[in-house]
Amino acid sequence: MSKPVSIKKVKPNYVSTTNACKLCTPLGASLAFRGVEGAIPFLHGSQGCATYMRRYIISHFREPVDIASSALGEKNAIYGGGPNLKKGILNVMKKYEPSLIGVATTCLTETIGDDVPRNLKEFRSEFGDLDLPDLVEVSTPSFSGTHTDGWHGAVRSLVEQLCTTRSADTGRVNILPNMVSCEDVRHLKDICRDFGIHATILPDISETLDGPALEDYVKIPSGGTPVAEIKEMSGARGTIEFGRCLPKATGGTSLEKTFGVKNHRIGLPMGLRESDRLFETLETISGKPMPRRYELERGRLVDAYVDGHKYVFGKRAVVYGEEDLVTGLCAFLSEIGVDVVLAGTGSRKKGLDAAIAQVTNGVARMAPEVREGVDFFDISEEAASLKPDLLIGHSKGYRYAKAWGIPLIRVGFPIHDRFGGQRIHHLGYRGAQTLFDRVVNAVIEKKQADSSIGYGYI
Amino acid sequence: MSTILDERKDQIHRTGEGAIDIACNRDSLAGAVSQRACVFCGSRVVLYPISDALHLVHGPIGCAVYTWDIRGSLSSGPELFRLSFSTDLQETDVIFGGERKLEAALDELIDRHSPKAAFVYSTCIVGLIGDDMEAVCRKMTEKKGIPVLPVMSEGFKGNKRAGYLAACKAMFKLIGTGDTSGISPLSINIFGDFNLAGEIWIIREYFERMGVQIVANVTGDGRVADIGRCHGAALNLVQCSGATLDLARMMEEEYGTPYMRVSYLGIEDMADALYQVADFFKDKDPGIVDRTRVLVREELQKLMPELARYREDLEGKRVAMYVGGSFKAFSLVKAFRHLGMEVVMVGSQTGTKEDYAELEQITDPGTVIIDDANPLELSHFIKEKDVDVFVGGVKERPIAFKLGVGFCDHNHERKEALEGFVGMLNFAREIHSSVMSPVWQFAPRRANRMAAAKKEAVNE
Repeated sequence: MSKPVSIKKVKPNYVSTTNACKLCTPLGASLAFRGVEGAIPFLHGSQGCATYMRRYIISHFREPVDIASSALGEKNAIYGGGPNLKKGILNVMKKYEPSLIGVATTCLTETIGDDVPRNLKEFRSEFGDLDLPDLVEVSTPSFSGTHTDGWHGAVRSLVEQLCTTRSADTGRVNILPNMVSCEDVRHLKDICRDFGIHATILPDISETLDGPALEDYVKIPSGGTPVAEIKEMSGARGTIEFGRCLPKATGGTSLEKTFGVKNHRIGLPMGLRESDRLFETLETISGKPMPRRYELERGRLVDAYVDGHKYVFGKRAVVYGEEDLVTGLCAFLSEIGVDVVLAGTGSRKKGLDAAIAQVTNGVARMAPEVREGVDFFDISEEAASLKPDLLIGHSKGYRYAKAWGIPLIRVGFPIHDRFGGQRIHHLGYRGAQTLFDRVVNAVIEKKQADSSIGYGYI
Repeated sequence: MSTILDERKDQIHRTGEGAIDIACNRDSLAGAVSQRACVFCGSRVVLYPISDALHLVHGPIGCAVYTWDIRGSLSSGPELFRLSFSTDLQETDVIFGGERKLEAALDELIDRHSPKAAFVYSTCIVGLIGDDMEAVCRKMTEKKGIPVLPVMSEGFKGNKRAGYLAACKAMFKLIGTGDTSGISPLSINIFGDFNLAGEIWIIREYFERMGVQIVANVTGDGRVADIGRCHGAALNLVQCSGATLDLARMMEEEYGTPYMRVSYLGIEDMADALYQVADFFKDKDPGIVDRTRVLVREELQKLMPELARYREDLEGKRVAMYVGGSFKAFSLVKAFRHLGMEVVMVGSQTGTKEDYAELEQITDPGTVIIDDANPLELSHFIKEKDVDVFVGGVKERPIAFKLGVGFCDHNHERKEALEGFVGMLNFAREIHSSVMSPVWQFAPRRANRMAAAKKEAVNE
């Protein structure tokens, strides 16, 4: 006979959050929508959400970021936000003439139970005589998940709501690059071009969030994934999606399930081995060998790894941020002999532990403490006894790096306290090269600064 | 197609073109991409710099994260205010209510940080799920022996101004809780200054040189205990009237403390503020007027020759500004006159009818006055008025830069002190470095114009 099961009710272990290591869901959706050509993100909620997120995103990218809002007031919160949503869309159409409006919900509209798909359906039939933009909606309650869920949700919505028919073979490749920098996307485009691959990169924030100086203020910046191409993603040769901590259902899985477009799920191509996987996948899809310039980049990276290994071997790093970025960083750091002692993310239940084990297999000397659902208070409590030499993550870890007297290597989003966050290069051999140089130099700088002699020759 | 939506036309006025009757203090228009935030933002702005209090945001994570240490407020002591606390509400909390989580969070955080008080901000969602924040706060006040104050700041319940009022109501509960013995008859509270880049320290020094005691800073470099005894001061000085005027009025009614509206930005307004205070106290201390005069003279002697140098370059340049509260705009209009510059557009997020009427009085004919603007309108007027420098906050910066226009951050996030006489010099220096930088000749809008002018000259 089995033991009697305890029926003692488990009390929820409520804790507070101090200095969160995550952002809210609609922010991720807004960022993703910004990577679609002619699109404007629209938050269905109170005015503050859109404004706060704009401010937050602007200080990283230093670009205009117009996010519309249905600007709900008290009455709308009681009687429903549908009318304001429709009015808002009409106003955005009048002023911005977008080709797509990406509507993301907020905690307010999720809680009052606004049915956005129905509202949009009504809108389409009420204003069917107008030249309507594409309307894509995504449910992004800020009380569940993090900004990466918002990002992946928006990408999936874009694919599922725009790509509804089976397209003829376009010969293209779909790339869902995850939340990477503008520079990373530019690099991906170069790689694909050099492979002779026409890639549909969704979203493509390379121009829309890092635009050139122009003659005039443009309402919606040029660039972004063309809507027409999104509609034809079903005709692609295959999809490559980056991320080992992705939700079960993504844009990539959806295309595979509905249209049979083969989905290649690989990690963020960070470091040597994860970048190899990207190039192998591109070779498979294109049937062409890796172009010589990337062979050279790879060779130079290995050469640099060798040249610099003594500076960094055995250094202890604390890594934090988006789950897939953390995974990619662990892949990279394990290759160069840096011991990741703690890997933290604000996300929950993303399988970070398994993903890190997978990408560091065979090279890492130790498995890091992996923490999901943590804030900076948790990270710092644990890190205190781990004696890290390096902190690697976005700007929000700065106060801890300062307190511990160790360098912070800034990667990912947000970078609020340095210039050029949108141009940080993380991906591919060249991205790894950039990161490696920065890590080595941070170690050298620290040694130099701490030295009483002040070596000028290290 | 017009840049300005029909429904927004009555929120824009041009000085000298008919009677001013600007629509303001109304909800932002859906889809207009307003630069405004929400009620929660208003409360957070006002209370944030109280540095020895715990500021707990009761809501999902975003509201706390987006307001985490973004401001330039400095503290001369505790740094607790710079941490970001949240109950990080999850779906289950939304379903079953967040009260227990709030209680647990307060319990944990108050024990961990031993704050002098705790402010608990409600967000949109808390207003909807109906958590009884007041009851939780009452209970925790008793349990922890410190004031735990609910700030009723649900984002959707109005605009930023409603948030200011919610903050003032919360703070008012602190006032009267402290011992007022030992307070000088020549004493003031500084209201509505946020100690951005240490500005309050500049202002305090002036008043101290005049022989005036400062009881409480409300709220820059603020302390709970000081606010608790600030009803012992003889006078309240209210800057940023939108944020703290309500509190001054409450104090006048309850404690009979008179208040004055002042500004520490620019030469005239700074000097005026000091003279007004001297005037107020001259019956109690006749020497104060002379001391003030000496102070102002000394400061101006240092300042004026340096300003004159900047003015040489800046004369005739055109300025647009878009600020949170319109009171600041009055001072800026005057400050720019000292630099020989012409203000051609003034806008604000939360101005009142009276504010806009005053702006119409002090601006030149044709100046655009605008309430609750958005990026397209701002860029439209920057171009129309051919602006050389734009004054605003982080959200406005890329609008100016994209148009090849200089920019000065005069918002809560600034890290340069711009108040007081020394602040005026910093301000002039910043404007000068913004306007005079050679980079603008490469910005396409300017570069193309210069090329066209050159071509014309050759053809002539």
